[in-house]
Amino acid sequence: MSEILNTANATLFEQLGGEGAVNAAVDIFYRKVLADQRINHFFDGVDMDKQAAKQKAFLTMAFGGPANYSGKDMREGHAKLVQMGLNDSHFDAVIENLAATLSELGVSAELIGQVAAIAQTTRADVLGK
Amino acid sequence: MTRIKFDDQFFETEPSETVLQTLLRHNMQVPYGCRAGVCQSCLMRCLDETPVPATSQMGLKASQQKENYFLPCICLSENDMSVILPHADDVWLDGRVVDKYALSSNVMLLKIQSKEPLAFFAGQFVNLRNKAGVTRSYSIATIPNASHTLIFHIRILPHGQFSRWVADEVAIGMSLNFSQAQGSCHYIEGKSEQPLLLIGTGTGLAPLYGIIRDALENHHHSGDIHLFHGSRDATGLYFESKLHDMAKNHTNFHYTPCVSGENSDQTIYMKGRANQIALEKFSQLNGWRVYLCGQPDMVLQTKKMAYLQGASLKDIYADAFLS
Repeated sequence: MSEILNTANATLFEQLGGEGAVNAAVDIFYRKVLADQRINHFFDGVDMDKQAAKQKAFLTMAFGGPANYSGKDMREGHAKLVQMGLNDSHFDAVIENLAATLSELGVSAELIGQVAAIAQTTRADVLGK
Repeated sequence: MTRIKFDDQFFETEPSETVLQTLLRHNMQVPYGCRAGVCQSCLMRCLDETPVPATSQMGLKASQQKENYFLPCICLSENDMSVILPHADDVWLDGRVVDKYALSSNVMLLKIQSKEPLAFFAGQFVNLRNKAGVTRSYSIATIPNASHTLIFHIRILPHGQFSRWVADEVAIGMSLNFSQAQGSCHYIEGKSEQPLLLIGTGTGLAPLYGIIRDALENHHHSGDIHLFHGSRDATGLYFESKLHDMAKNHTNFHYTPCVSGENSDQTIYMKGRANQIALEKFSQLNGWRVYLCGQPDMVLQTKKMAYLQGASLKDIYADAFLS
C-alpha cells in the first residue's frame, strides 16, 4: 500500500522531513552560529539548553512547520540585542548559517530558497524596525 | 463540620467528605490521582501541631508522618486544619553521621546513614540541613547501597557557615536532615559502548566519582571513561591513589590529575587546567557523553566548547557549584 508522495501537494515542512529534520538541523545550525565570530558574542552567557529550544522553534517556523511565534515575541526577544548593536549584517550571517546547514544536510537549493524566504519575513521584527 | 485553610482561604467540610473533596468542590487546583490513598499524588502537609488522623498517613515515610504529611483523599478531618502542598525541598529525611575524616587539607568526607531506604542516582545532590537550619546542596559521592549510606565531599571554606560547622562541630552519631535526591547529572543506562568524558574541579570530583563507579560496577560500561580532575595546586586534589587503582583494575578507565598552578610535580600531574587539557586531547567529541562538575565559569565554558567540538547538547550533563 505504498503511496507516492506528491511533492506538489506536500508542504514544505513535509518535504524537508518534518520534526526529525528540524532536530538534525538544530544541532548543526546552533553549532555554526556559536562558532561564527561575527555573531557569537550575542550568545555569551545564555543558557544553552534554553537557547537550543528557541533555535528549534525558529527552525520549525522557517521550515514551514507549526509556529507559535508572534511578531511581538520576536521584537521583545531581540530588543536587548538591538541595543547591543544587532543589525542587518548579523541577520544576514544567521541566514547564511541556516542555508549552509541545510546544504550540509543535502537539501536542494530550491527548498533552501523557500526556507530562507520564510526566515526573511522575521527581519523587521527581529531588528526592531 | 471543620474548616480547612488552604491558599489563604477557608473551606467548610461537609459531613463524611474528605479534605480532597472539599478542596475540589471549591475549585481549588490540587493534584490527585487514585482518590484511594495509594498513589500519593495528592500529598499535602498540615501546618497545625495537632497530629492529622493516622489513617490519612497510610504508606507515608516515617519522616513524612512526623512532619504531618497526609493524603487528603483519605482524610476525614477531625479538627480545623491548615494545609499546604508539599515542595520537594520541604520533605526532610532523617540521617545520622557515621563517619567523618579529612580527604585533603581543605576537603572533608562526611558519611551519613539514612534512617530509611532511599532512592537516588549516583551524581545527584541533596540539601543538607544542620540544627541551626543552615542548608547547603552537596553531591552524593557514592552509589546506592544496602546500608543506606550517603557520602559527601565537603570543601571547608574559611568562613563557610555550613562547612565550618562540619569541620568543627559535627561528631559521629550526630543527627542531620537531608532532602530527597535531586538533579539530572547522573549515569543513564544504555549505550554502554559510548565514550565518556568527565571533567571536574575541586569537590566536583564527588558526583563524578559516584557516576564512574555506577558506570563500571553497576552497568559494566564498556566504552572508554576519561576522568580529568583539576585544581590550582596539588593539595586540592584527593582520591588519587583510589583513582589510580581503579584505572589499574578497569582497562577502560583513564585518570588524569591536572594542576594549573606553578610548582607542580609534572611527573605526577598534567600541567594546566583540567578542561583545557581534556578538550585539547579529545578535539572530536561526536558521539561522546560529557559530564562537567565544578566552578560555574568552568562548567559553562566547557559545556560550550564540548558542544562546538561535536558533542550533542543532550549528551552533556553539567552541575555547576556555587562556592
